[in-house]
Amino acid sequence: MTLPPLPESAIVLRGEAATWRDAVRLAGAALATSGAARPGYSDEMIRMIDEHGPYVVIAPGLALAHARPGPDVLTDGLAVVTLREPVSFGHPHNDPVSVVLGLAISSRERHLESIADLANVFNDQAAIPAIAAAEDAATVIAILKRNQ
Amino acid sequence: MKIVAICGAGIGSSGILKVNAERVLLRLGLEADVTATDIGSVQRDAADAQVILTSAEFVEAIGKTYADVIVIENYFDQQELAEKLEKSLG
Repeated sequence: MTLPPLPESAIVLRGEAATWRDAVRLAGAALATSGAARPGYSDEMIRMIDEHGPYVVIAPGLALAHARPGPDVLTDGLAVVTLREPVSFGHPHNDPVSVVLGLAISSRERHLESIADLANVFNDQAAIPAIAAAEDAATVIAILKRNQ
Repeated sequence: MKIVAICGAGIGSSGILKVNAERVLLRLGLEADVTATDIGSVQRDAADAQVILTSAEFVEAIGKTYADVIVIENYFDQQELAEKLEKSLG
């Protein structure tokens, strides 16, 4: 099974974000730092939410920021951002958000295996609060690997 | 039976809906073909679907359809998915 790669460089803990846009930018910057995406991928992810609304807030406290495969994606990658202060995305049920996942997918065809692994992790309802409370990157990585 | 999961990009969130819907259907003993697609392709990909799974944000954009549109709040809550799918299919 294969989660998208999550190096420590793609994990930001207790990030400062005043708005959901700032929070998504932190995830985009983390993907750029790890080499999964170009810096422009942040704007792509924000555009998806501007266009379609806050549907990326797919569970209480969790946003799965992502855009389509495209030139700004360099390779498959995952970023995890926890927020010092949760932000609102304007979602009717799942605000406020304290954990933002950034997802870069390079090929539509191969992505479902990684997504299945992501589902395995977060189908455990304890995963989101545990990641939100994590004090170091190793703890976040352990939570994501635990349920694969 | 055909079920289509819809999101903005056709990857990511709709992929999670697809994966979790398949697991729930297996548990319920129901057979269905579940695919994930983006909102721009819904008229083509969901033309013969019985059920569309999505978020509240997309209900209006999906427009006219014969499918039963099910809105999921927590994509990781298999209980919610099971109850809503069972109600729609049962």
